[in-house]
Amino acid sequence: MSTPDPNQTLNSAEAVHEAQPKPAKARPGQRVDHAGAAREFLHSPVHAQSHDERVWAMRQRRDTAMETIPEWEELRDLASQIKTHALTHLDKYLEQFADNAAANGVHVHWAGDAADHNRIVHEIFTRHGVKKVIKSKSMLMEECGFRHYMEGVGIDIVETDLGERIQQLDKEDPSHVVVPAVHKMRSDVSQVFAKTLGSDPNNDDAHYLTEQQRQATRPLILDADAGMTGANFAIAETGGFVVCTNEGNADLSANVPNLHVASIGIEKIVPKLSDLGVFIRLLSRSALGSPITQYTSHFRAPKSGGEMHIVLVDNGRSKRLADERFWSSLKCIRCGACMNTCPVFRRSGGLSYGATYTGPLGLILDPSIDAYRYSNLPFASTLNGSCTNVCPVKINIHEQIFEWRQVLAEDDMIPWTKKSTLAAAGRTLASPRAYRTAIKSAHSALKHLPDWALYNKLNAWGQVRDLPEVPAEGSFHDWYRKHRMDQSESASGDSE
Amino acid sequence: MRGRNEILADIRANKPKFSAPAPDVPNYDGDYPADTAGLQGRFIAVLEKMGGAWAEPEAGEPLEATLRRALADRLDANSIIASNVGEIKGNRPVRADDTPASLHDVDVAVLRARFGVAETGSVCFTEAELTANAVAYLAQHLVVLLDPAAIETNLHRAYRRDDYKTARYTVFHTGPSATADIEGVLVRGAQGVRSLTVIPVR
Repeated sequence: MSTPDPNQTLNSAEAVHEAQPKPAKARPGQRVDHAGAAREFLHSPVHAQSHDERVWAMRQRRDTAMETIPEWEELRDLASQIKTHALTHLDKYLEQFADNAAANGVHVHWAGDAADHNRIVHEIFTRHGVKKVIKSKSMLMEECGFRHYMEGVGIDIVETDLGERIQQLDKEDPSHVVVPAVHKMRSDVSQVFAKTLGSDPNNDDAHYLTEQQRQATRPLILDADAGMTGANFAIAETGGFVVCTNEGNADLSANVPNLHVASIGIEKIVPKLSDLGVFIRLLSRSALGSPITQYTSHFRAPKSGGEMHIVLVDNGRSKRLADERFWSSLKCIRCGACMNTCPVFRRSGGLSYGATYTGPLGLILDPSIDAYRYSNLPFASTLNGSCTNVCPVKINIHEQIFEWRQVLAEDDMIPWTKKSTLAAAGRTLASPRAYRTAIKSAHSALKHLPDWALYNKLNAWGQVRDLPEVPAEGSFHDWYRKHRMDQSESASGDSE
Repeated sequence: MRGRNEILADIRANKPKFSAPAPDVPNYDGDYPADTAGLQGRFIAVLEKMGGAWAEPEAGEPLEATLRRALADRLDANSIIASNVGEIKGNRPVRADDTPASLHDVDVAVLRARFGVAETGSVCFTEAELTANAVAYLAQHLVVLLDPAAIETNLHRAYRRDDYKTARYTVFHTGPSATADIEGVLVRGAQGVRSLTVIPVR
């Protein structure tokens, strides 16, 4: 979707020469080390601060946009109810959508998993002799590893969303569902473009860099054999689907080549056109704070002389419907608001999650894709509930994060160190006497231990921030005993 | 490999064991101005915020002159103007059977909007107004004729229309192509048109 900011910002005055942190990706079968990667990110202070500020700015613009809509909370309720209705009737609406699309002259395909999706699209391309494809950003295609698959069979895929293109040229995954290159500084983009597009390595002006990319991509767009898009919503009533972008790149991908293939997750179905009023009003306001994306495109049938294919993808979604704790995560409309508000995401960067879906949304989607690989992610949260508060479709995100911790513990998916620490904490917290003793000794340790004993490799907190000051009067319990115990006994029955 | 029947069967077996009704969606447009002038004012304010421009023709001014005036610093004598409207002639016809990629040389595409939306400052096109869909994205600049009487209040009203049920392609344009993917700096003209100008035609 990427970010138009109505209040134009300027490049920071000073060029930045700090290298971009590049966390190593977990190998197949390995567990993602989110905390380790986040630590690396924080060791690049200029990047860490810029990321925090830019992502938080999106959250603030969302708040400003929300305040102009008196019915905002009603819209969230309606969006949530429409999704509940759609998901409890998903079989019916999917059939209606597929039948209507077919009647409109669209070829409809069904993919059980990511491999099916890639094979089906590959077959379409083979039949048409397609070698060069322009593509609009799609999280579903990221989920399916589509681009890597196509590289393997010699089909050239060009991303047309600027942020996604930057990530493609840098051979990196997107770090955010809306702004894929938000973790990069303009100096990083300048380096990537100098290497891959031959632009001036000493010019890191955002206007210059964007223009370089426009000029480099235009010939590829004109020359493409096929175009691909995802979809934000699919409408059962019409058999059509909606794609929202700010660059118009989905419209170029769909309208310049004669062959258009759209990959659509089965959870994107909404029953009626009139439902779109609710979702389009919420989507870009929640994402970036703008009233709508620059382009909101409704595709119902192939253009005259063209051919259109839809691939409906399950890839674990029908299975997730069965879990009463987690099915509502399928309501997600991928606005990214939960990431923008999350203190952990803002300070760890999306790449540290090592997954297609990052931030709070990722914490509840990724473990259902691979519980072992992503077993650390549900712990990357303070459970402050801010994600739930901003979610435009009212998914109880922080509660599902907490549920996932329990599921992973029951399934024995949690690392031993985390389990033993938590077990010890559990014993301590269960006994008031043990808890008070622990607090007393922690306080005296903080007061008297030298820094080398406090700030070391064993203390994850102390590596990136100062430990708290010890209160002068000891613990709250000490203070309470001293000041209130006697009074409260004599004043019992009074209400303050 | 699981196909249509298997996927639908899995959904039937797995979907939540309760049936929630579809809610009624109100129009939420009670507070919008009832008159055309009022709605036009709302439309212009948001259009400009989204990077679009409003070009009011001067008294007796032909629309082609309004266009030249509005785009003065972007056009020269050789600029290619592709017009799909009768009021402005242009110098480059667009035909439905044009190869889309052949439209890449267009400097300005002139289109008539089907309607506008005051809430978002959007103009709407279908393939009927576009003739060749790609022209609205390959052109460097877009000029749009809009009848102010055809401005809907908000998106709820816009979606009560039937256009999306009959047209193959229906699109809202809200200002020009934009991006802020590089360090959050807003740039117009990332991939599609670099500017969008709306001229009222009453």
